[in-house]
Amino acid sequence: MDLGVTLGALRLKNPIMTASGTFGYGLEFTSYGRLEELGAIVVKGLSLQPRKGNPMPRIAETPCGMLNAIGLQNIGVEKFLQEKLPRLPWKETPVVVNLYAQKAEEFADLAAVLGSEPGVGALEVNISCPNVRQGGLQFGQNPDAAVRVVEMVKKNAGQKPVIVKLSPNVADIKVIAGAVESAGADIISLINTIGGMAVDIRTRKPCLANAFGGLSGPAIKPVALKMVYEVCSTVKIPVIGLGGITSARDILEFILVGASAVQIGTATFTRPDKVFTLVNELRELVTQLEIEDWARFRGSLET
Amino acid sequence: MLETNIKPSCLKPEIQAITYAGSGDFVHLYMQPPAWGYRPGQFVMVRPGEWGNDPVWPRPFSICEKTSDSLRLFIQVVGRGTSLISRLQPGSTLDMWGPLGNGFSFDPDVPLLILAGGMGIAPFIGLCKRHPHPGRINFLFGHRMGIECYPFAELPQKVNKTHLNQQTAGDIVSFQKVLEKRIRDFSGRGRILACGPSPFLKVVRKYSIESGADTWISLENRMACGVGACLGCVTGTTTGEYLQTCTHGPVFRADEVVFEEDDRLLSAKPHL
Ligand SMILES: Cc1cc2nc3c(=O)[nH]c(=O)nc-3n(C[C@H](O)[C@H](O)[C@H](O)COP(=O)(O)OP(=O)(O)OC[C@H]3O[C@@H](n4cnc5c(N)ncnc54)[C@H](O)[C@@H]3O)c2cc1C
Ligand SMILES: Cc1cc2nc3c(=O)[nH]c(=O)nc-3n(C[C@H](O)[C@H](O)[C@H](O)COP(=O)(O)O)c2cc1C
Ligand code: FES
Repeated sequence: MDLGVTLGALRLKNPIMTASGTFGYGLEFTSYGRLEELGAIVVKGLSLQPRKGNPMPRIAETPCGMLNAIGLQNIGVEKFLQEKLPRLPWKETPVVVNLYAQKAEEFADLAAVLGSEPGVGALEVNISCPNVRQGGLQFGQNPDAAVRVVEMVKKNAGQKPVIVKLSPNVADIKVIAGAVESAGADIISLINTIGGMAVDIRTRKPCLANAFGGLSGPAIKPVALKMVYEVCSTVKIPVIGLGGITSARDILEFILVGASAVQIGTATFTRPDKVFTLVNELRELVTQLEIEDWARFRGSLET
Repeated sequence: MLETNIKPSCLKPEIQAITYAGSGDFVHLYMQPPAWGYRPGQFVMVRPGEWGNDPVWPRPFSICEKTSDSLRLFIQVVGRGTSLISRLQPGSTLDMWGPLGNGFSFDPDVPLLILAGGMGIAPFIGLCKRHPHPGRINFLFGHRMGIECYPFAELPQKVNKTHLNQQTAGDIVSFQKVLEKRIRDFSGRGRILACGPSPFLKVVRKYSIESGADTWISLENRMACGVGACLGCVTGTTTGEYLQTCTHGPVFRADEVVFEEDDRLLSAKPHL
């Protein structure tokens, strides 16, 4: 079967995307696989100005997962467009730029800069980063604020599909999903990391300099699966599922509950060619299970 | 010493042998040799196939030595990951990627002073064995466990080597005095390369800056991806920028790096 998927105006040759912040700017992985074979490349969150990020330590290992509090260190959107994007195979594989800003106006400015760039396949608006005091979650936990950001980004994004990335750190994910859909989001992706903490009983200090971080990896998969299921049964726009995916079987689970595509995050740290090998594993599993087309399999969970 | 074929790849080598030195906590891991060449100071990421979903991260180790028969790592058991690795059996496979990072750069015709603390000896085994003029290497090794735990005796005969055991607080103070003297005396005569735990590197850095020595230190920050993508391994630098240790390092000029404590001074307010 053809593994290709269509998410509104965004066409992918297979449903496997990278997750922002776990795949750098893509170029870090050219020794380990052909970027052209991926469904899409989602790059590290970019802001208008470069950001230094949080103090060290920024990462901690936890059972079947990890905490991170990177604090959105990035080179800034201009440098990305000048130095990184031209070297990515954006004609063969859509490059999705993940956006971070502290104010709705800054999100709008970012969208204006990226809206007219031929090499940018879609924008992913990160309103869900738990590791920064301003921006991030303050939009992701408040439907009115989220609506304002999405409307402003949409206005400036031209023809580019706008993906809105949701946070699991909310009381009811369906409310925020419905709000961003009504504000004009083209696609929803979820989940970002779950707020968490690790402490050291010897030093009596938190394991992260930021004290709190975001939990990712296999440990969060059941939470992610439930939220993706809930959002898919609430909205009509396509949904990208992520959170703890490590195998072709995990990918099919997310598609079964309704996702159109998936992103691979922390699993990339277990082997840098992971996302590339998953494309082949998915093809084999789909054949083995005799899945004939995505439309009939997607969301076909019997409950 | 210039290697030409340094192109990283991700492999699944088989473990050929595991041997122990001095105690079960010091492990020599031998695996099938990859096709690539490497520069001493470069490292590999290792994750046993059997780890499944836990532990999530691979572990970084310096390339100790590579021959036509095998790639060898020298590992001390310090926690869960290294303990699991120490109990692997020959024949089992590892996910392994590398060679990673920059490695040490030096001119083989210029004298070297190598300062190694504990497991910091690992990258220097291959370096010294491959060096065309081992007689130009001065080697100072500080260690806490018995010398039989470390491959110190493997260093070529011609290397001018000393080792100092540090059991007591007094030993540590006198080791620091020796370090200071060696760095000051050597400054201006060649290049200094250092690898070891960060308290040791801090001392090396301090005396090197004071004496204007041409010193390069190899950092051992915690890592997740090893390829520059996650930004979890960064080190503070004097320009104020955080740089990935796995790609911009692990070897940095001593005066370029800012250690954790100094870090807070550098950015009194974290960027949030
Ligand atoms: C570039 C590089 C090269 C290295 N080369 C070698 C080598 O040749 N041989 C060797 O034995 N080790 C080497 N290390 C260190 C080795 O990676 C760690 O000891 C190992 O990851 C610890 O894993 P663990 O699960 O056993 O320990 P954990 O359970 O993760 O931690 C146990 C203890 O070790 C500390 N620790 C964990 N990781 C590090 C680290 N990266 N640096 C300092 N302390 C740490 C923790 O704070 C804790 O106190 C290297 C590290 C780097 C970054
Ligand atoms: C080190 C690290 C950095 C991340 N940086 C970003 C980021 O810049 N923007 C963003 O939207 N999500 C970021 N994330 C979240 C991931 O994209 C993803 O939503 C999350 O890790 C869950 O997926 P996983 O379990 O497959 O990793 C980051 C995650 C990690 C582990
Ligand atoms: S370990 Fe991921 S950036 Fe260095």
